Amino acid sequence: MQARITLEDVAALARGCAVLGTGGGGDVRPGAIAARRAIREHGEVPLVTLDELPDDALVLPLSGIGAPTVSNEMVHGTDEPVRIAEEIERIFGRPPAAVMSSEIGGGNGVAPVAWAARLGLPLLDADAMGRAFPEVQMVSMYVAGIPANLVVMTDVVGNVVTIRPIDGLWSEQIARAVCVAAGSSALMADYVLTARECAGAVIEGTVSRAIAVGRATEGAADPLATLTAELGAVRLISGKLADLERRTTGGFARGTATIEGTGDDRGRTLTLEIQNENLVAVEDGRVRAMVPDLITVVDSQTATAIQTEGLRYGQRVTVLAWPCDPLWRTPKGLETAGPRAFGYDMDYLPVEKIA
Amino acid sequence: MSGMLRVGIDVGGTNTDAVVLDDDDRVLATAKRPTSPDVTGGLRAVLDAVLAELPEPGMEKRVKRVMLGTTHATNAILERRALGRVAVLRLGAPATTSVPPLSEWPDDLRDTVAAGTAIVRGGHFVDGREIAPLDVDAVRKFVATTPADAIAVAGVFSPAGADQENRVAEIVRAEVGDVPVSLSHEIGSLGLLERENATVLNAALYGVARDVTAALREALTARGLEVETFFAQNDGTLMAVDYAARYPVLTIGSGPANSLRGAAYLSGVADAIVADVGGTSTDLGVLVGGFPRESAAAVEIGGVTTNFRMPDILSIALGGGTIVGAEPRSVGYRIGTEALVFGGSTPTMTDAAVAAGRGTVGTRPVPEEWRERLALAVRAADEAVADAVDRVALGRSRSGRAERPLVAVGGGAFLLADEVPGAREVIRPAHAEVANAVGAAIALASGRIETIVPASGGGSSRARLIDNAKEEAAARAVAAGADPATVQIVELSEIPLSYLPEPAVRLHVKAAGPLARQAG
Repeated sequence: MQARITLEDVAALARGCAVLGTGGGGDVRPGAIAARRAIREHGEVPLVTLDELPDDALVLPLSGIGAPTVSNEMVHGTDEPVRIAEEIERIFGRPPAAVMSSEIGGGNGVAPVAWAARLGLPLLDADAMGRAFPEVQMVSMYVAGIPANLVVMTDVVGNVVTIRPIDGLWSEQIARAVCVAAGSSALMADYVLTARECAGAVIEGTVSRAIAVGRATEGAADPLATLTAELGAVRLISGKLADLERRTTGGFARGTATIEGTGDDRGRTLTLEIQNENLVAVEDGRVRAMVPDLITVVDSQTATAIQTEGLRYGQRVTVLAWPCDPLWRTPKGLETAGPRAFGYDMDYLPVEKIA
Repeated sequence: MSGMLRVGIDVGGTNTDAVVLDDDDRVLATAKRPTSPDVTGGLRAVLDAVLAELPEPGMEKRVKRVMLGTTHATNAILERRALGRVAVLRLGAPATTSVPPLSEWPDDLRDTVAAGTAIVRGGHFVDGREIAPLDVDAVRKFVATTPADAIAVAGVFSPAGADQENRVAEIVRAEVGDVPVSLSHEIGSLGLLERENATVLNAALYGVARDVTAALREALTARGLEVETFFAQNDGTLMAVDYAARYPVLTIGSGPANSLRGAAYLSGVADAIVADVGGTSTDLGVLVGGFPRESAAAVEIGGVTTNFRMPDILSIALGGGTIVGAEPRSVGYRIGTEALVFGGSTPTMTDAAVAAGRGTVGTRPVPEEWRERLALAVRAADEAVADAVDRVALGRSRSGRAERPLVAVGGGAFLLADEVPGAREVIRPAHAEVANAVGAAIALASGRIETIVPASGGGSSRARLIDNAKEEAAARAVAAGADPATVQIVELSEIPLSYLPEPAVRLHVKAAGPLARQAG
């Protein structure tokens, strides 16, 4: 029987995407609301694996870009994904066969369910990050060497913009300018590719993994232990958020969070370096986990993920860390999204070796 | 002998409390009665009781103002009772159509409230441009063909540009006359779906507001009182009765704010942790500069998400009626018959506190065979309080010392120990048992506004827009009952926005001031 994303799956998917968001990726709630609405109107969304698609099937990676304050106020219309699919069909001479999330971590992991439902297309059980990252070139397709030569964007009033950039950097710059002109919120497709090209260029199984992660804590007697086991994560510390320093520079929400251990961890202190996402965890001058491995802060009692903007003094939190997809550990992967890509002068060491 | 008196009333889950204050805010009388299922019965009872407590006969004639914090609106929503039917109009198409109005409402509440919904062309971009000109014909057609008790209007980015919502209000007047209209820019802040939800709830509550006002008037008239009435709102300030009639949803959640403000007044401390110990729970909050610290989290009312600012409250299952060994259950208002110290057979936290020598409540001693279990319960409660204090205290201070005192209020305040880890000291002010009613009686009137302005360096339009926002907040405070001569801007915050053509911030302004002196 084919897998489907049901109305009931949406809440679990949203919880899982928040965990995979490593503190960033945007609020999962608006995407969940849109997804439930679209499923009610158009039915459940088939979830397909890469090998279920014909080799030449077009995969449409979609993401919302812009300011969260804007997209929470100027909510998307129903037709944005339709306009992008039509433009893709015009360019390629055939319609897309499946929608893919560009970023499973955070809001862009959930909203593609709504877009796929509106298009009557299946959702590919894959994404381009396996987590959340802040920049357009930090995707698996870039690491795999797929050229960023086509971007299609549309806004809420119906404008469609097709960009044929010369490289990923220009793609980012022009897309950003279009987004601003469009009122700081747009829907975007980039790295449109065939199922054959997807092999090795996307991170597979991440949608079903997000749902499984979200499901794991439902009604669990010990949600934290259950989540830790489900993720195969290391518990870096359980304690209390004792200090939080925030600064906004260069468009990033940067900050440092200090967690003082409680209970078994009393006497220990962990600091987290944050740039939209949680990037580096340090204890006593020793790095215990670093990007691109995943570091997420969860509520110690409920195991619900806490985004960086939701961090507050006094919260009882646990910091979990677990390995990223092997693609990010290749030389090109680390050059793209390793510690140095975020300005940390350190060599990457995998979490399972240093935690 | 001629000073004006005022009555503060706070309706809580277990008790309805009342106080009478004189011109100098001195407490002249207090009373506490069980909250009745219909709320109004308990309200009348407590009013009778507190007036009877006045030290001199005839003094009640000097009562000129009544301030009421009530749960009528909350209960109406929770019980889906007495709610009006609302026509919901959103201005935003072709944007926003992926999530129509009321999408995430519980089915029964939507069935009770929705008279019809529509998304018409209109709304604004973040920078003020129109998404589309307002579709006037579609608005006319919708209001003419959707009979309703009230109309709710929510336009995209209306907090930054209200012209289209105001235009809809004019069209409604022209088309269907007197049907009341709730405009979202007057109700909530940015975040379309949450603001729209709050606006629809507001429109659904007009009838409830009329009923409460009528019931209160009737109760006052029956006692020969001619008074001005005010309603407490969720941020610890007041609004005049005609203002509350237009914004009834703002009365939701006033209880915690009242108790925090009352604690500040009675203790004379502006920065403190406040623990309000009731019959079933203890609510802990934080006072910063005399006002409640507000929660950042979305507030859900009856299954509907709104973006109201509510006091940041941590509740723990510790109240005077909490049953030892069966927490969080409580005997509630039956404490006077069921607790051991009243001759009953249920061990409660009141019994535990009495056994620990913290109070002299009741009519008989605690039976010896219970003492050991009750001592354990007191120890567990002390730990729970210390943990809660630590959680709300915004982290440890740099010096590692506890800097804030703990102000203990509410009918069960004697449950708390005289020393609480994490608090500098424990303050037990006089009249602490009715701090919430005091908070209602002493509150200021306020108004607030949220909009988008250019970030610093944005030129002269920024200064002008900020001045406009301050004026509008002050005007709203005056409309709520504040004295125009003393109204002040008490809060001004800016949150930077990203990905905009020009750097911009979300500006939030709150104005507040003492109530205007009564005319005549």
